[in-house]
Amino acid sequence: MKEDTIAAIATALGEGSIAVVRVSGENAIETVAKLFKSKHDLRDVASHTVQYGWIVDPNNELVLDEVLVTVMKGPRTFTAENVVEISTHGGIVAVKSVLELVLRHGARLAEPGEFTKRAFLNGRIDLAQAEAVIDLIRSKSDRAFQVARKQAEGALSKQIIPMRQHLIELIAHVEVNIDYPEHDVEDITTDFIRSNCGSVLKQVNELLIKSNEGKILREGIVTVIVGRPNAGKSSLLNALARDNKAIVTDIPGTTRDIVEESVSLSGIPLRLLDTAGIRETSDKVEQIGVERSHDALNDADLILLVLNHHEALHEDERKLIEQLKDRPTIVVVNKMDLPGHLEIAEVEQTFTKDQIVFLSAKEGNGIDELEKAVSGLFFSGAVESGDITYVSNARHISLLHQTKQSLEDAIGATYEGVPIDLIQIDITSSWESLGQILGEAAGDSLLDQIFSQFCLGK
Amino acid sequence: MSYRAGEYDVIVIGAGHAGCEAALAAARMGCETLLLTINLDMVAFMYCNPSIGGPAKGHVVREIDALGGEMGRNTDKTFIQMRMLNTAKGPAVHALRAQADKFLYQHTMKQTIEGQERLTLRQGLVEDLIIEDGVCVGVVTKTGAEYGAKSVVLTTGTYLRGKVILGELMYESGPNNQQPAVKLSESLKRNGFQLARLKTGTPPRVHEDSIDFSKTEIQPGDDKPKYFSYETEYMAHSEDQIPCWLTYTSEKSHQIINDNLYRAPMFSGLIEGTGPRYCPSIEDKIVRFADKPKHQIFLEPEGRNTKEYYVQGLSTSMPEEVQVDILRSIPGLEKVEMMRPGYAIEYDAVVPTQLWPSLETKLVTNLFTAGQINGTSGYEEAAGQGIIAGINAARKVQGAEPVIIERSRGYIGVMIDDLVTKGTNEPYRLLTSRAEYRLLLRHDNADLRMTPLGHEIGLISEARYEKFVEKKNLVEAEIERLKETRFRPDEAVQAMLEAAGSSLLNNSVDGLTLLRRPELTYAHLETLNPSPITLSEDVKEQVEIQVKYTGYIEKQQIQVDRMERMEKKRIPDNIDYDIIYGLATEAKQRLSKIRPLSIGQASRISGVNPADLSILLVHLEHYNRVTAASHSS
Repeated sequence: MKEDTIAAIATALGEGSIAVVRVSGENAIETVAKLFKSKHDLRDVASHTVQYGWIVDPNNELVLDEVLVTVMKGPRTFTAENVVEISTHGGIVAVKSVLELVLRHGARLAEPGEFTKRAFLNGRIDLAQAEAVIDLIRSKSDRAFQVARKQAEGALSKQIIPMRQHLIELIAHVEVNIDYPEHDVEDITTDFIRSNCGSVLKQVNELLIKSNEGKILREGIVTVIVGRPNAGKSSLLNALARDNKAIVTDIPGTTRDIVEESVSLSGIPLRLLDTAGIRETSDKVEQIGVERSHDALNDADLILLVLNHHEALHEDERKLIEQLKDRPTIVVVNKMDLPGHLEIAEVEQTFTKDQIVFLSAKEGNGIDELEKAVSGLFFSGAVESGDITYVSNARHISLLHQTKQSLEDAIGATYEGVPIDLIQIDITSSWESLGQILGEAAGDSLLDQIFSQFCLGK
Repeated sequence: MSYRAGEYDVIVIGAGHAGCEAALAAARMGCETLLLTINLDMVAFMYCNPSIGGPAKGHVVREIDALGGEMGRNTDKTFIQMRMLNTAKGPAVHALRAQADKFLYQHTMKQTIEGQERLTLRQGLVEDLIIEDGVCVGVVTKTGAEYGAKSVVLTTGTYLRGKVILGELMYESGPNNQQPAVKLSESLKRNGFQLARLKTGTPPRVHEDSIDFSKTEIQPGDDKPKYFSYETEYMAHSEDQIPCWLTYTSEKSHQIINDNLYRAPMFSGLIEGTGPRYCPSIEDKIVRFADKPKHQIFLEPEGRNTKEYYVQGLSTSMPEEVQVDILRSIPGLEKVEMMRPGYAIEYDAVVPTQLWPSLETKLVTNLFTAGQINGTSGYEEAAGQGIIAGINAARKVQGAEPVIIERSRGYIGVMIDDLVTKGTNEPYRLLTSRAEYRLLLRHDNADLRMTPLGHEIGLISEARYEKFVEKKNLVEAEIERLKETRFRPDEAVQAMLEAAGSSLLNNSVDGLTLLRRPELTYAHLETLNPSPITLSEDVKEQVEIQVKYTGYIEKQQIQVDRMERMEKKRIPDNIDYDIIYGLATEAKQRLSKIRPLSIGQASRISGVNPADLSILLVHLEHYNRVTAASHSS
């Protein structure tokens, strides 16, 4: 069975000295060969050998990374298909850009657990392991689904939905012209198609530019900063952002009373959310803020609990400590520049020493310790969802590229006198690619659109 | 009292457009076939538009013809007007549409049926199915006749517990005041079928002599009409077509409708059935699109020997007297004489997810359903299912595998797959936008898609098949010849290019490259370098389309191939989804209900996501290996 070619990052994301992009499928070797500059053409090298060279974007000759590439021809591979593994430099930036490039040139991002699934289907995994394979697919899919659901409410979705609506209205118009040729709906013109596709294309391009600057996606580990009012949450956020680590400071669509910053600590992308201070209150407005803070806590991948070194533990804080004891939490004892009244020993009963850092956000002391604590927690596996969020962003970018390609094809066709029902094929592809970014939320609504937009019937 | 009235291979109940195709197909495939109808005078009657074809629907008629069915031929014999629609668009959506002579159409079809070997046409109202151990073995009529059968096809249209609604008036009736079939509906329910209540409607008919045509626009047929059937060469009535006429509703019409909305069954709550969105009543249109100042009204003659005109665009269930007022508010119809009022009809349908893709029911073996009973709307949709149900009923008798048309092979396949996989909550109409491979499912290549299958199952004669193969070979040979033919930048070539407004050649190119230029046609190339053998217009057209749209066609073909891999992964019938480890609960429920035949079909079920499919694949692989191991040991 010849399957399409899939790719994914095979190593845990992080600080390791190398990271690996794995590509599997009938065309794996050709796909990577187009992107690999070396003494040897990958298509000609012997199986199970390693080549040294560079990954180069063929569109602009830009070198993305210096790499080692392992070529393994099926069936003696993990999936029994042709497999290529690209070992890039560690960290996140290099491996991510290589994956994106591979996805742009013919590979599709692997579904959760898909390498293992293929290995099983191709007889490389023992029958007894079937349940384990299913568990893997299930758990990875469920987690990916949760991430996708979170993202469906995010800023990217808010931009994609109107673009899709624009396209579906255009498609509905084309379809009505085709299916109801005698109806008094105006015939769509190629000029109209061109200008409409053009305006969506412009938005896609803007998104892609932003994504290159790392600005697009509210990506990263959802990190909630929580604490009593005046514990110094905002100054901690500012300190992290100020410390030259901010990727982005202006995130559109922030409508909650939650301030957001995306920062990178040791190459780990964090989405920092500063919440309203948590305390028991009877003030209605403040209550709403506090409820939102609790919601944010439930959704968080990582929690920074900020305590005030200068004050004794408050009842609210004891409740928080109890609430957070089994969650991936780092306790930040702030205001170390002031005399201490906090009962550290009590905090240490719940959290390990590695989870507690002491700093002064105001003076900027101790931020490095915090960084170490975060990466320690991350690489120990206690914080997990980061890689899924992160890979799903690579998928988004490749889908945006597909959208762009389809729209450009559609626009090109309008200049070549191609009939509208053929141009529609590309418009529909672009609409579908955008829909894949939204995932399950996208829906199949062409007919609904046609019948709500136009009055049809005999 | 009942009596044994006869034994047949196949019994078809209902002689509408689905039933006629089903019965003819079964008889032509060698089965002794009985076609039963409530009223022998209503065989192949068009209860609504006297019109056949149009986008997607016309494609289906061609597919039926290419399979060896009757609808295309019958339309060619009886049309009063023929038009090719969408000619300014791409070849995939060109669509033939005929106005038929409604009475000649049914008489011609009845003659064909009466003349068909092995086919018995008889009047009878079927009230019960004879089912033994979950297998349908016969039917019983109201008069007590018991017929035995190896398979039974139900094509009951809108007759099942039919109810006509018109203003405040409501009565049990089939369409056009025919007898409804009430007991058969009860029999289905008793046997465990889930029924849905659907609604459709028809507009009033008016007298030709009372129409002022000067206030309307003429809509003539094509001068040189094409035909539906690949076998039709020429019809003399092509020279004598009758036009349709176009007018519009007025402000006054909308006022009358709005003033009388409280009497409209649609809004008064009298109608419970779900009507089609694509075929709304005029009252529905005016409510939903309140800001549209006027709606098109087409006046369509119902035949050569009648004065009745069908008022397309005015489907309504308003009270009779309000219908007259509405009609007379329309330019050209000020003094119109209404001959029959429009009405709405509610009827029972079988929820189509209870069917296999062969159209056999999952509940009762050897029982098939086709047409409106499956929740569709339209003569063409009915006939398309009818021929497949007839074929599969016959194949069941003959012990052969059922025929299932893939979505990539025909609109018939798209329709049946939609029905049995997704179901429908309104009368289902085919639209070209329902087909994901529209460019491959063209009007012009229905023979390439279907005729080999029609031949294989015995519906296409040897002579017709040989003719088809010859055409196919000629097309291939001509494309090959153009590929080998070089056009040099000489005087003749450059002159032709200049005249066609095409850029001049610098180097010599092959014929295919030249033909792909948007501004050039096969005729342009032919002037310079004609084929050494005479080619028919059909062959030339096919060459031009296949060459011109190669890029797009190949793109879709790649998608088809990808999908085909999923379609080929079969799921055994006896699979128990409940015990599959790891499958989500929703997926288990959906899969158990639909029981898809392949991973491809499973992938189209809503609520079954990619992770569920992966798990299902792993399970199937596990199952296959275990089965293989137990066989070898």
